[in-house]
Amino acid sequence: MASLNTLIAVCLIYVAFLFGVAFAAERAGIRGRAGWLLRSPLVYTLSLSIYCTAWTFYGAVGYAARSGLEYVTIYLGPSLVMIGWWWVLRRLVRIGRSHKVTSIADLISSRYGKSNTLAIVVTLMAVIGVTPYIALQLQSVTLSLSIFASAEGAATRIDSASSALWVAAGLALFTVLFGTRNLNANERHHGVVIAVAVEAVVKLVALLAVGIFVVWGVAGGLPQTLARIDASPIGTWQMQGSRWAALTVLSAAAFLCLPRMFQVMVVENDDERHLQIASWAFPLYLMLMSLFVVPIAVVGLDLLPPGSNPDLFVLSLPLSQGRDGLATLSFLGGFSSATSMVIVATLALSTMVSNHVVMPIWLTLRTGGATQSGDVRDVVIFARRVSILVIIALGYVYYRASGGSGALAAIGLISFAGVAQFLPVTLGGIFWRGATRMGALVGLGTGFGLWVYTMLLPGFGAGAILPAGVIDAGPWGISWLRPQALFGVEGLDPTVHAVLWSLALNSLSFVVVSLVTFPRPLERLQGAQFVNIFDHSGQARGWNASVAESEDLMIMAQRILGAAEAQSLFQSEARRQGLSGHLPEPTPKFVQGLERELAGSVGAATAHAMIGQIVGGTSVSVQDLMAVADESAQMLEYSSQLEAKSRELSQTAAQLREANEKLTELSLQKDAFLSQISHELRTPMTSIRAFSEILRDTEGLHPEEKTKYASIIHVETIRLTRLLDDLLDLSVLENGQVTLNRQSGALSDVLDHAITTAQASTDGRIAIRRSRGNEAVMLQTDLDRLSQVFINLITNAQKYCAADAPALTIDVARDGGAVVVDFIDNGSGIPAQARQVMFEKFSRLGLQDNKGAGLGLAICREIMHRLGGDVVYRTGTGGTAFRVILPQAQSLAAQ
Amino acid sequence: MGKHVLLVEDELNIVEAMRFLLSRDGWRVEAHSDGASAVEVIRGTRPDLVVLDVMLPGKSGFDILGELREDATTADLPVLMLTARGQARDRDMAEKAGVSRFMTKPFSNTEVLNAVRDLMRG
Repeated sequence: MASLNTLIAVCLIYVAFLFGVAFAAERAGIRGRAGWLLRSPLVYTLSLSIYCTAWTFYGAVGYAARSGLEYVTIYLGPSLVMIGWWWVLRRLVRIGRSHKVTSIADLISSRYGKSNTLAIVVTLMAVIGVTPYIALQLQSVTLSLSIFASAEGAATRIDSASSALWVAAGLALFTVLFGTRNLNANERHHGVVIAVAVEAVVKLVALLAVGIFVVWGVAGGLPQTLARIDASPIGTWQMQGSRWAALTVLSAAAFLCLPRMFQVMVVENDDERHLQIASWAFPLYLMLMSLFVVPIAVVGLDLLPPGSNPDLFVLSLPLSQGRDGLATLSFLGGFSSATSMVIVATLALSTMVSNHVVMPIWLTLRTGGATQSGDVRDVVIFARRVSILVIIALGYVYYRASGGSGALAAIGLISFAGVAQFLPVTLGGIFWRGATRMGALVGLGTGFGLWVYTMLLPGFGAGAILPAGVIDAGPWGISWLRPQALFGVEGLDPTVHAVLWSLALNSLSFVVVSLVTFPRPLERLQGAQFVNIFDHSGQARGWNASVAESEDLMIMAQRILGAAEAQSLFQSEARRQGLSGHLPEPTPKFVQGLERELAGSVGAATAHAMIGQIVGGTSVSVQDLMAVADESAQMLEYSSQLEAKSRELSQTAAQLREANEKLTELSLQKDAFLSQISHELRTPMTSIRAFSEILRDTEGLHPEEKTKYASIIHVETIRLTRLLDDLLDLSVLENGQVTLNRQSGALSDVLDHAITTAQASTDGRIAIRRSRGNEAVMLQTDLDRLSQVFINLITNAQKYCAADAPALTIDVARDGGAVVVDFIDNGSGIPAQARQVMFEKFSRLGLQDNKGAGLGLAICREIMHRLGGDVVYRTGTGGTAFRVILPQAQSLAAQ
Repeated sequence: MGKHVLLVEDELNIVEAMRFLLSRDGWRVEAHSDGASAVEVIRGTRPDLVVLDVMLPGKSGFDILGELREDATTADLPVLMLTARGQARDRDMAEKAGVSRFMTKPFSNTEVLNAVRDLMRG
C-alpha cells in the first residue's frame, strides 16, 4: 500500500519535473531552438486537452455510473466544434492573432469598441463562472488524496479542508512561478504550454492504463467486459433527448468560451494551420479519453462496495486490486488534469483581471507623469500574482462553501453554463456587424443574471443561499419566478431549464438591443475588422507574397501621394535595390521610408495604421485609432479653414473688382468733367480773346462797335466768373464741406426774396403767379441756400420758357408730411430723354441759346439733398415743372 | 464772289468775332448755329469754306465732317475745325474724319486768318 508520504513525494517530484520541462522549453524558446517541437501541431493539440480536467478524468466515470452514456455529451460538444466548426475557430484565431487579443474579455471588449466596461463585466463573469471549476479541481485532488489516506487506515485520516488548502496553496505557488515569470507582449507562455502538453500525455496514459487493467486485468477480457456492461444499469440506460442536446450545446459553448480554452486555443496559437491537424487529432484524444469510461464504471459498480464514490473509481479500482503503482499513476493523471486546468485557467483569468480591472484603476489613480515601462511591468506582474492568489482563494472559498458535497459533474456543468453566456456576444461579434456594445452588455447581463438565479445559487443547495421556500414556491410566493421553473416552465431538468432560459434570453436581448441601438464609430470600425477579418489580414507571407505586398503598398501610396510621385518613389527604390521591375522589395528600411513619406500627407498615426494593415497584418490599437481620428479632425479643420479663407478671398476679389469698376467709372467721369470744364472755360475766353485782339489791332473802329465789343468782353467775363463760382459751390456741396446756416423764417419771405433777385439779374421777363394763402409756412432751415434753389428755378424758367406770354406758377402744397413747392411754367416742357440727365453736371438739354454751363440743376439737387429734401421733375403738367420737397422737420406749421 | 464762308457755330459772340474778322478779309459770311441741320444747309448754300465747331446742338462737328466727306459734292470742301475741347484725342478724330485744318479755342485772330488764307490758296 502506497503511503501518503510516498504519494506526496511523487507529487513533488512530478511537479519538479514539470518545472524542468517548462524551464527548458522557455530557454529553448528564447534561444530559438527546438522550435519544431514548441510550435508543433502536436503540442498545440495536446495543450487543448486542458479541456479534460479532473472532472473529466475522475468525474466521467462517476457520471457514467450515475447517468449512463450522458457523459459522452461532454466530449461530443468539443468534438463537434473541432470537426464541424473549425472555420469558427480559424476566424477566432485569426482575429486573436491580428488584433493581439490577450483573453476572451479582451476579444469581446475589443470587438465592441474597446469598451472597458464590457471587459470588466466579462472578467467578473469569467471569474464567477470559473470559480466553481477551480473548486472542483481542489475537491478532486483532495478526494483522491483522501482515498489514499483511507486506504492507509484511520490513523492517517486527513482533514479534507486543510488538505484542500495545502493543495490550493501549492497550485497558487505553481501558477505564480510558471505563469508570471516573465511578461510577454503577446501573452504567450511556451513553458506552460509544454508542461500542459506533458500533463496531457500523462493523464491519457494513466486513464488508458487503468482502462486496460480493468478490461483485461480485472474483467478478464473484452467479451466479459461487454457482458458486464450489458448486465449493468448503464446498458439499459435511456437517453433523454433534451438533456443530451442541452449538454452537447453547453459543452460546445464552454469549449469556445472558457477562458483557459481561449488561452491555449487562440492566445497561445503559433500557427493557424495547427488548427487543421487539431481538428481531427483533438477529437481523437477525446475519444481515447472516453474509451474506457464505461468499463471502469461498470466494473467499479460491480466490484467495489456499495456507497463507494463512483467519482473515484479510477483510483479506488486499482487500489482495491492492490495495484499501488497503477493507482499512483492514476493519481498523477488526475493531479495532472487538475493542475494543468488550474494553472491555465488562473493564468487566463489573472491576465483579464490585471489588464481590465487592476491596470485601468492603477492608471487612473496615477495622476500625471510619464510612466516608465519598467514601472508598469512590475505593477502588471504584481497584479497578476495577486489575481492568481485571489482567484485560487475564491475557488477554495467556494469549495468550502459548497461543502465539497456536490457531485463533480454537477459543479462542472454550473461552470460550463456560466461561461457559455459569452457565446452569443462572441459569435455575434465575429459574424454580425450590427452587434453593438449595448446589445452585448444587455445580453451578457441577462444571461448571467439568469444563470446566477437559476443555476449558481440553487447549486449551493436549498437553504444555503436561496431559502428552500424560494426554490420551491418562488420569491414572495410568486410561483412563475421559481428559479428552477421560470415563467411556469415545469418538468424540465434543472440544467436544461437553466441553459435554455439563460442562453435564449441572452441571445434574444443581445440581438434586440443591438438592433435598436446605434454603434459608436469605434465599434463600427472594430466590427468591420472582426467580421471581415479574412479581407483585412493576410496569413504569414512567403517570398512570393512580398511582390503582392509591394503592389498593395504601391496602390495605397498612389492614392495618397499621387500616381507620378508614388511611381517615381517605388522605381528609384527598385533601381537602388538593383531590380529590373518597377516594384522594389518591401524591405523594412523602404517601408519605414514610405511610412514617413505618407505621414507627411496623412499624418503619422494614419500612415502607421495603413502600412501596418498591409505589411504586418498588425492590429490597430485604440491609441492608433484615436490618433487617426485626431489627425482626420485636424485635417477637416484645416480644410474648412482653407475653404473659409478661399471664400473670404473670393469675396475680397469681388469687392475689389467692384471698387475697381467704380474707380474706373469715377476716373472716366473725372476725365469727362475736366473736358467739360475746359470747354466751358475756353468758350467765353475765345470770345474775350477775339474781341480784345480786334479792339487792339483794328484801326478806326466805330465807337459804337468799340462799346459793343467791350460789353461782350464784359458779359463773357461775368460768365466765366459765374462758372467758376458754380464749380466751387458744387465742389463744396459734393464734398460735404458746406456749413449750413439754419434759421427760421416764412416760406413766403424766401420766395419774395428769390423772385426779386431773379428778376433783377436777368432781362428776361416772366409773369409769376403765386397763391400766397398757402405760403404761410414757417421753415427751420438754411434759408439762403433754399433761396438759391428757388432763384435757379425761376431763372431757368425766365431763360427757357418759350411760350409767347411766359408765365410761372409757384404753388405750395402739402404732400404727406412734407411741404412741396411747385414751379410750373407754360412752356413746352422738357423732352423725356433729357429728364434723366438734366440734374447731372453740364447737361444743357441741347437748348440752342443756353448760356449756362449746365451746373444749375446739379447744384439745386445737391443743396436740397444737404437740406434733407429733394428737387424733382414733375410730369403731366404740360409745361416744365419742378417740385422742391421740404421735409417735415424743416417746415413748421403756421399759425 | 468766290469767297463764301459758312460758320457753323452756336456761340453767338464767337460768330460775331469771326464775322468781323472774315468780312474785313473779303469773305461773304453766313452763320448757322444748329448741328442737326448743318449738312443740309452746307449742301444748299455750297460755301467755299466751312468753319465748324465741335460741340454743336443736335449733331457733333465730327459727325457733320464725316457726312461731308462721304458725299462726293462736298468731299473736297475745305473745313476749318475749331474746338474748345483741346485734347489730343479730338485732333486725331478730326484728322481721321478728314479735316482740312484743326484749331483749338481760344485762338489768335492772326492765326485764324492765316489758316483761312492757306486753305484758300491750297
